[in-house]
Amino acid sequence: MGLQQIIFLLLLGITAYLAFKRYGAVKRNIFLGQEEDISDNKGQRWKNVFLVALGQKKMFKRFIPAILHFFIYAAFLLTQIELIEIILDGLTGNHRMFASSLGGFYTFLISFIEILSVLAFVATLIFLWRRNMLKLPRFHKAEMNGWPKLDGNLILYGEILLLIGIFTMNGADSLLQSIDPQHFPATGNLAVSSWLGPALFGGLEVSTLHFLERAGWWLHLLVILGFIYYLPISKHLHIFLAFPNVYFAKLRSRGEMENMPVIMKEVKSMMGLIPETEADASEELPEFGAKDIFDLSWKNILDAYTCTECGRCTSVCPANLTGKKLSPRKIMMDIRDRAEEVGKIIDSDSEKTKDNFDDGKSLFDYITKEEIHACTACNACVEACPVMIDPLEPILKLRRYEILTESAGPAEWVPMFTAIENTGSVWQVPDARDKWAQEFNANLEEEKQ
Amino acid sequence: MKVRTVAELTAEGKAPDILFWVGCAGSFDARAQKVTVALCKILNEAKVNFAILGTEESCTGDPARRAGNEFVFQMTAIQNIETLNGYSIKKIVTACPHCFNTLKNEYPALGGNYEVIHHTQLIQSLIEEGKLTVESGEFKGKKITYHDSCYLGRVNDIYETPRQILQNLDADLSEMKRCKSKGLCCGAGGAQMFKEDEPGDKRINRERADEIVETGAEIVAANCPFCITMLSDGMKAKEANVMVYDISELIVQSNNL
Repeated sequence: MGLQQIIFLLLLGITAYLAFKRYGAVKRNIFLGQEEDISDNKGQRWKNVFLVALGQKKMFKRFIPAILHFFIYAAFLLTQIELIEIILDGLTGNHRMFASSLGGFYTFLISFIEILSVLAFVATLIFLWRRNMLKLPRFHKAEMNGWPKLDGNLILYGEILLLIGIFTMNGADSLLQSIDPQHFPATGNLAVSSWLGPALFGGLEVSTLHFLERAGWWLHLLVILGFIYYLPISKHLHIFLAFPNVYFAKLRSRGEMENMPVIMKEVKSMMGLIPETEADASEELPEFGAKDIFDLSWKNILDAYTCTECGRCTSVCPANLTGKKLSPRKIMMDIRDRAEEVGKIIDSDSEKTKDNFDDGKSLFDYITKEEIHACTACNACVEACPVMIDPLEPILKLRRYEILTESAGPAEWVPMFTAIENTGSVWQVPDARDKWAQEFNANLEEEKQ
Repeated sequence: MKVRTVAELTAEGKAPDILFWVGCAGSFDARAQKVTVALCKILNEAKVNFAILGTEESCTGDPARRAGNEFVFQMTAIQNIETLNGYSIKKIVTACPHCFNTLKNEYPALGGNYEVIHHTQLIQSLIEEGKLTVESGEFKGKKITYHDSCYLGRVNDIYETPRQILQNLDADLSEMKRCKSKGLCCGAGGAQMFKEDEPGDKRINRERADEIVETGAEIVAANCPFCITMLSDGMKAKEANVMVYDISELIVQSNNL
């Protein structure tokens, strides 16, 4: 076994171990939320995965970013085939294992990946320009300051490194194939590196070419391993979570808020429609709605981890557009940050579990009442999200906590609640509800005469 | 034809084909009452056998539920469902997209199952069945834009039906930049109607009023009593001379009902 193989194995092992821990923590944090059975309608759910996640249907509502994103996405998906070869080569000490067995198809495949990679390279440069030079408002909201901004750029720098690695490797390789065919199996004429290689590296020493080929190979690999480790702390986790998130997305009508059966039963028994339930005998004061991640459903937290902070939701939010504090993207980022904070505390203290957790803080330390009060429940954020995140549901759950559990909330709402309770109308008015009808009928009489 | 209540019809051993759910705004708000009257005129014109619940109707509970007050929502909703089921109501039409959404999508979980349609859907089907003919003279060539309410449009995916009705007016229909699934809220939803705005740079209805004025339209057609209030206020604040009408009102004017 060669030195390169040993280093490779060691790196792969360390990354696998660290990734296992990190992804495990993400999974644990997601399931800090309440249970919610989402096992219905598998057909429709798979259809959504194909259309919305795999097919990027909702991305294409904004064509230019969608097409640029698609280049990176497609290059990423297909490069995985090359990655399999890289890992197998690394493990066995071979070079381009698939080249001789796949023959012409190998040439086609790698050429295709190369063309996509060039497109991805261009797209990445445009994205860097869009993000940093072109002042798109959605990339420069308050919640994007600091880490989120750096995070957005880091992955783009990483992509550029990755692509430089691929083309250095393939370019040097294409020259070496004619110099040392025994060690460098023929790949056929590759779409990009067969001319890019000679153009960049033509006339270099064989030893330099050997070095470049290896450097490119290792750079590619190291960036990939770095990504695996980096993704769980980054917004880019969406490349994996978009798929389950779309699968588990709400299928019921957007207009239907989650029912609260406990309150429904309570009201029905109060009205004498059903016999008083035994549950009513419990002395414990019930808590309704959500004040922390434990009260949200696991799907709400999965939403938060899936969010890639693109800000399409915030850019269409009527409250945010008119200068209010509410930003649906910030709500999702806050839920994730809080889940991370809770997760870290649980990791550092083996006594603490989901059930006895109390650090004196809650989601309300991240999200202010002013933000949740500004929501018009218009569903624009829900419509806008390319990966079917629902920022509205947690907002409404926080409102439920404020109103039902804390008996707080905007003072102006109280007269509305009281009017509905006492008079059956949103306004306290002295007139009968059918006064207009009496007038309508009286007018008809007059017209007759 | 007089407007009758279901109770009156029941006493005579009769039943309506469809219940007209008037809603709080339609019952009490002076501006929305005009829409209520307009719809009654259209229903009479098309000889629809309808009735209202009258004093037996209560708020559907939409603003309470979206404000977070599930108790108040459940109380009023269960009360309504008792009334509706008591009269064996099968089909409901309403001129308020919030009532429409709550009756259609939220009452089933509480035990209220009805066929619920918005008044624009009923009007369009009356036109298709030949029971209502829209005269085109009044608005011919006039520039009209249409404002999608969130709860008819984005929430219930009804974008084309109201536009089809407007086609009959022979007017010059022009769309706003933010329309259909991208339509901008008027600012009233989520119980905002019943409170002051949170601090910000601008009121949402002003933003929408700006977009309406940009189209150069003389009239903005709406389908929701709360949108009508918000957009009218926005126009007033902007001192813009754009009239805000419900689609049913445009038909009443066009047909001189």
